[in-house]
Amino acid sequence: MAVIQVQRTPLSLAERTYLPQVMGAMWTTLKHLLGPADTMEYPEQRPAIPPGYRGVPTLVRDPNGREKCVSCQLCEFVCPPKAIRITPGSVPEGAGVDHVEKAPQAFDIDMLRCIYCGLCEEVCPEEAIFLLQQYSMSGYSRAEMVNHKDRLYELGGTLPDRHFKWGVKKAAEERASGHH
Amino acid sequence: MVDMLLGLPAPLLALLKGAAVILVIFPVAAACSMAERKVCAWIQSRPGPNRAMPPVFAWIPGAVILQRLGVWQLMADGGKFLFKEEPLPDHVNRLYYTLAPVIAMVPALTTVTVVPFGAYVGAGGRIVPLALSSVDVGILAVFAVASLGIYSLILAGWASNSKYPFLGGVRASAQLISYELSMMLAVLPVFLWVNEPGAAGSLSLSRVVEFQSRPGFWGGAWFLFTMPVSAFVFAVALFAETNRQPFDMPESEADLVGGFHTEYGAFKWSLFFVAEYANMIVGSAVFSLLFLGGWNLLPWLPLASLLETLHHLTGSALWLHPLVAGLVSVVILLAKVLLIIFIFMWIRWTVPRFRYDQVMKIGWQKLLPLSIANLIACALGIAFLQR
Repeated sequence: MAVIQVQRTPLSLAERTYLPQVMGAMWTTLKHLLGPADTMEYPEQRPAIPPGYRGVPTLVRDPNGREKCVSCQLCEFVCPPKAIRITPGSVPEGAGVDHVEKAPQAFDIDMLRCIYCGLCEEVCPEEAIFLLQQYSMSGYSRAEMVNHKDRLYELGGTLPDRHFKWGVKKAAEERASGHH
Repeated sequence: MVDMLLGLPAPLLALLKGAAVILVIFPVAAACSMAERKVCAWIQSRPGPNRAMPPVFAWIPGAVILQRLGVWQLMADGGKFLFKEEPLPDHVNRLYYTLAPVIAMVPALTTVTVVPFGAYVGAGGRIVPLALSSVDVGILAVFAVASLGIYSLILAGWASNSKYPFLGGVRASAQLISYELSMMLAVLPVFLWVNEPGAAGSLSLSRVVEFQSRPGFWGGAWFLFTMPVSAFVFAVALFAETNRQPFDMPESEADLVGGFHTEYGAFKWSLFFVAEYANMIVGSAVFSLLFLGGWNLLPWLPLASLLETLHHLTGSALWLHPLVAGLVSVVILLAKVLLIIFIFMWIRWTVPRFRYDQVMKIGWQKLLPLSIANLIACALGIAFLQR
């Protein structure tokens, strides 16, 4: 029974004049005409961006305001379009970041190459890079479309430690409660 | 002022009237294109063009409403069409290619002259129609000149020397021939009724309106109510004649790219559309004169009694002044025309385009027999009423 025979009833006289259908359609369009617009007037009205949205990649600081990135370059290597370029550098003495060995000297993300795949966020062992809510990027030149380190931190800001990374782990150790 | 104007030599006066028609119809037709875009947008649940505005006007309080209505957008578009480069393809016949949009404008603006767009009560209670040239052949002149408009589409299709415009032009001519017949036959009963035995024969449109403003049940009824089939056939044929959806075969952008205007751009292209809207305006005016009682506000309420009632209600003699009466009649007719144009647009954004074979089938196999049957039935009915 793969073939289903459909009974095609001949059109009634009313249907053949097209008029009832046209009237029904006009009633539908009239409701739309009088109803509110479904669209958003974009620059003034912005859509609500849900959490987990993959926007522009940014660098974030930990709750203590310290740089999270340790320039392991995993994101640089995993980046499919090779948009990330990191120059590793050493940590200056007494900068309050003694728990890590390195920090990026330069961190550039070329937004003309970025495909917003989120692999950098996924691969980062320090949870330092996040694709946040910003969805529109524009600039007048190619150079302007490359986000440098300071711009990346400006975009990312400080995120709460959502996972048990440095701060929470350290606190747990100090309370001697073992593993989290 | 009026006396001075009327004292001018006749050719100069005619020239002034003609300029007035162009100055009114051209912007109104252009405004219709913006109305079309807005109606389209509202039907599709979006706001439509509402951004363009010269920054200077942002400080004027009312200007924002105009911005929301897209008026500035309309001006920007018009200006763009005026100043942008006009490409002239190499493969076209230059003379006819340039001539076609001009020819489109001529009948579109000519038909306006014979359509009365208002009336005032002259000396002795006689209704004097406001028309540029109140010719007695009325409807015949409209039909004769309006049909010439199709030549521009055929010429455009032919001169473009490319297959889609050619197909569009062929379709335009075939469609016009098919629907012209039904349109004529739909109008005939109206004039059968209007030309009573004993009265002088006339095809004038103002005569039809006068007939619809007579006292009594049959006198005051609009022809839409007494002859609904005629009105329906005329409306459908009007859609086909003005190349409006669902009958826009000559343009038909889904299967013919742009139909007759595929090879056109800039101001020539916009001339075609101004002509189309001018045709729509004239068509709507003729429809409201023939079937919707012209300048009578409501059925069984002629203009003269409306003004009398207003005179009694307000106690002001101003209502009986010919100038006021003329203005009121123009406003009433204009409101009807705009309503019909809105319905044109409403249907355009509701109904999908018919297939070409369906258009032919509807025209020849459905509309034509229907209009013939209607003519016979109406003739019998009118003979019975006027016996």
